Amino acid sequence: MNMLKISFKSIAANKLTAALNIMLIAFGTGIITLLMLASDQIGKKLENNAKDIDLVVGAKGSPLQLILSSIFYIDFPTGNIPLKEADALAHNPLVKTAVPLALGDNYNGFRIAGTDKGFIRLYDLQLAQGRFWKNDFEVTLGSIVAQSGHLNIGDHFFGAHGLTGNTDVHKNHAYLVTGILKPQGNVTDNLVLTNVASVWKMHETKEKNTGGKTEAYENGELEITSLLIQYRSPMSVILFPRMVNQSTSMQAASPALESARLFSLIGIGVDTLQWFAVLIMFISAISVFISLYNSLKEREYDLAIMRVMGASKFKLFLVIITEGLILTTIGTIAGLLMGHITLQLISNYQDSTQAKLWGNIFLLQEGYLIVVGFGIGIIASLLPAIQAYRSNISNLLAQH
Amino acid sequence: MIKIQSLQYSYNKELNLSFRDWTVTQGEQWLMLGESGSGKTTLLHLLTGLLKPSHGEVYINQTAICQLSNTKMDHFRGAHIGLIFQRAHLIKSLTVLQNLLLAQSLAGLPVNNKRVEDVLNSLNIADKKANYPSQLSQGQLQRVSIARAVVNKPSLLIADEPTSSLDDRNARAVLDLLITQAEQNNATLLIATHDKRVQERIERAYILQS
Repeated sequence: MNMLKISFKSIAANKLTAALNIMLIAFGTGIITLLMLASDQIGKKLENNAKDIDLVVGAKGSPLQLILSSIFYIDFPTGNIPLKEADALAHNPLVKTAVPLALGDNYNGFRIAGTDKGFIRLYDLQLAQGRFWKNDFEVTLGSIVAQSGHLNIGDHFFGAHGLTGNTDVHKNHAYLVTGILKPQGNVTDNLVLTNVASVWKMHETKEKNTGGKTEAYENGELEITSLLIQYRSPMSVILFPRMVNQSTSMQAASPALESARLFSLIGIGVDTLQWFAVLIMFISAISVFISLYNSLKEREYDLAIMRVMGASKFKLFLVIITEGLILTTIGTIAGLLMGHITLQLISNYQDSTQAKLWGNIFLLQEGYLIVVGFGIGIIASLLPAIQAYRSNISNLLAQH
Repeated sequence: MIKIQSLQYSYNKELNLSFRDWTVTQGEQWLMLGESGSGKTTLLHLLTGLLKPSHGEVYINQTAICQLSNTKMDHFRGAHIGLIFQRAHLIKSLTVLQNLLLAQSLAGLPVNNKRVEDVLNSLNIADKKANYPSQLSQGQLQRVSIARAVVNKPSLLIADEPTSSLDDRNARAVLDLLITQAEQNNATLLIATHDKRVQERIERAYILQS
């Protein structure tokens, strides 16, 4: 019969109050956990997916939408741009590399991206099996695509029109899997990579040969979605975006700027929710304090009897502190689990595989939440514990 | 053995209680008699170390308990003194068995289930060991409180008005149990009371003056 058991028994004697306290702490911790996990994963996704791309050039529209569609593959593109104009930009002396992107189809929600070998260098892609795409309708799959579609080298599949859904399947051409990437830890895990011509042919854009350059190319009929650009020098940062935005029909958007803008927009909501969670935690601390204080009044004679049986004042102090700690520790652990489970449930209902957040990732910062839970437990139970320590046993026994 | 010497206790400047010297040999049974306000409960609390005297000394088994630190006094009380009150009070969240095990644990003694079982058997409440206090009658509660007081084989058993709220039959039963348990454990028994039914059973008396 140790102190811990006595504390547990005492808590169990007031199940409803204990459950309320635990729930309050769990809600506060759960919300904070959820926000921490989501913020961390979104931040890492933004960082991992955009780190080597200085600029994205696409059709005019929302710059954020352009970044979301061409870097994170989670929104619709702003439109298409003529390949001829994109080529001109790609050969600009301020540009070190320019990688074309042609989007429009998906396979089971995974986006099919038409691009060139520059994309491989840009993301430093490594093969797990097979080889990279070479001919039309050959594809290299991201690791998650291959795993979730149970696809292997040599398998064929059909793409569907649009960025999500399988209603409008392109049955005229099947893709052939020639390679599967190693897990890269970024958005390419969720992509189906092929050449740009495959995307055009799938959508029946006709190329007519007119002496080396196609007529369609010259007429601006050949289009891509966007161009991913790396600058040649820091000078380009100042000159190039302005030049694109002012002198072409296209827009330039900086992933770094737009990511920061997006994060600050999300941040307002995150901050609000975080303060809400802190308020819940504060209320839970008061609730733990009140319930311990009230229970102390109810069982002051119990504690006096324990003193008579040989318990020291410090032991009684520890019993009360332990009760506070038990309540807040259970609440904190329940909250952490709640945060992870909720995020996993949200993740299960997310359509976009690229924006998926995972509940089975654990952060070091969650340890701080446990420490905070301990702190709340100690602070909330300190006053009742001191009162138990200082109670006059002789008076109490005489009164009874 | 109990010995009190020049014992005084001051509640405030106007209320000073003095107790005449008293020596009790191990195993004796004594009554503490006195009117209300004569200081019976105060003396009991001084004997158990719950109060510190303003003057004088209390010796229990040659230990000067007023010289012990608070923590040592708590341990000493748990291991050597068994206390029984007028109202049997057990810890509500614990079963009968757990209340008795707690008494062993708080006294710093190793848990001895056999001793607990023996005591419960001797008091005819072994079948109630898994019950919570709220499931027991007043008589059963008083038996458990006696069991708790004797479970650590104390050398001193102190009862404060143990029969005052009981009818004749129950008062006799409780008194029988206290005397029997004290004799079985060779414990000194002190009963503070003004109940005449008790006075008929125990001859020695320490009388407190108002």
